[in-house]
Order: sequence, then structure tokens, then C-alpha cells
Amino acid sequence: MKSSVVGIVRFPGTNCDRDVWEAVEAEGHRARWLWHADLFDVRSVDRIILAGGFSYGDYLRAGALAARSPVMRSIQEAAARGTPVLGICNGFQILCEVGLLPGALVLNTSMKFIDEWAPISLKATNRYWGGSHFSKGTKLNLPIAHAEGRFYTENLQELLDRNQVWWTYENNPNGSLGSVAGVMNREGHVAGLMSHPERAVAEWMGCEQGKLFFKSDV
Amino acid sequence: MKIGVRIMPRNEVLDTQGRAVEKTLGHHDFKVRCCRVGRYVEIDLDESDERRGLDQAQKMTEFVLHNPLIERYELEVIHEK
Repeated sequence: MKSSVVGIVRFPGTNCDRDVWEAVEAEGHRARWLWHADLFDVRSVDRIILAGGFSYGDYLRAGALAARSPVMRSIQEAAARGTPVLGICNGFQILCEVGLLPGALVLNTSMKFIDEWAPISLKATNRYWGGSHFSKGTKLNLPIAHAEGRFYTENLQELLDRNQVWWTYENNPNGSLGSVAGVMNREGHVAGLMSHPERAVAEWMGCEQGKLFFKSDV
Repeated sequence: MKIGVRIMPRNEVLDTQGRAVEKTLGHHDFKVRCCRVGRYVEIDLDESDERRGLDQAQKMTEFVLHNPLIERYELEVIHEK
């Protein structure tokens, strides 16, 4: 396993940053904070994770204000040069808002905040996040906690054809189009997932397979 | 001058809030065919020319106020009495 430097982004309202930090360091990587108001040297990090939470209070639309903050300019620059970027929950919403990922995440069909264990299934492998630890059809049970997680896109078939649909829900708790729980960009190095793998990295948490997302093959 | 930005969920997108309001109204015997919930943003600009004002508001709306994938918008000049 290769050790790498993982940048973890902190916006006002991010609240899963510490959990992601622990999950990253537990896999032998070095974590460092990336502050929302600052640009950073894109060569100083090997991978980037946008953790969950309620950046900017979810005002306007979930992730909308965070997507326009300075740190995102560096993240767009890093993504353009191939640095793997993962958005978890609110991080996923931000990556959609900034246009690094296709689609949008809107209010759950139930209109309720859902906080539960949700089984998901791997639709297409992603060599950057989880890599060889998962294969097509792999099933995981991971926590979800969101009000705006209903995935919407105008061209689901196109995403499916290009293997950009990463994970799908088994029971579609939020009404996502195509039961989509996670997607990736065309190259695969930018990915987003509504589930929280950092909340499932030890037996006592109820599941430890979440840690596989933080290992790195590349 | 003040510009109003009316942002509405696009018809293709299921509007859960609108659906809930619609149901509540229906439960109270109001006859509603459809109800959709959006948001309205007022922007006060240091500008007196309407065309330039609308132009600025359009830039702001397209920058952050609306997401074209799920929402549509309309601008209007607010004439205060």
C-alpha cells in the first residue's frame, strides 16, 4: 500500500472532517486540512476528500455557496490535472454544484432528513476510491444522513452507458433517479457518494468495510 | 434599484415541497390542480439603468442563485411605491 497526502476540506458547517481524518490516518496516509477561504498548492496533496456536513448552513441549495468558495478553484485545478477527489454527502452535493460531477441532489421524496443504514451495491468499479477492494455487485451496508440526497440528472442512461453510476441503493430511501447513491466523472478520479464510509470503519461502529474507501491503490 | 429573481423548480423535477403544500390545501377542501414551491430573491443594486441592472442580476443568478439543471428563473424590476 502506498502512503499519500490526503487533503480534507473544511467549510463553515463541515462536520464529518474529523471522522474522515481518522479514517485516512488509520490507513497509513497523512491527512492535512484545506481551508475553504484559501487556495492551496495542488502539488501538495495526492488526493482530496470533501467531507459531509452542512456547509454554509445549506443555504440557497445544499453545496451551492461552498461550490463558489476559493478552495474550490484549487480543487478544480487539482481535478484537471488528475488528482483524485472524493465528495461524501455534502461533499458530493458540492462537487455536483461546481460541475465536477454530473447531476444534482435535491430534497428527499419523503421531505424528511433520513439517518439510517442503507444497503448499496457497486454498479461500476472505481480504481481511485475503493479500487480493487470492491467488484461489480459488491454489497455494503453504510450509514446515510441527509435531507437532500435525491439524485437527479437529465441523462441517466448516458451515465449508465459510460459506467459513471458508481453505487446504487438497494431500497432507494430518498427517491433517487435510478436509485443512484454515488457517481463519478468520465475519467473516474472525481467521485461522489451520499453514504458515509467514514462512519463505518470499525467493527464496533456496525461495519468496518467503509475503510476500504480510504485505502489507495494508485 | 431592486431586482427580483423568481426561481422555480423545473417541471421535470419532482417538487416535493409543492406536492406537500398541494396535499395540505386539498385536505382543507381547497381545489388546487398543482402547486409548486420556489424561492424569491431581492437584489438591491447601486444602479439606475434598468437594462444594466437586469444584466447584472442575470450574471449573479447564473453564477450562484439558480442551478439550471433543476431550476428556471425570471427577473423583474421591482417598482416600489
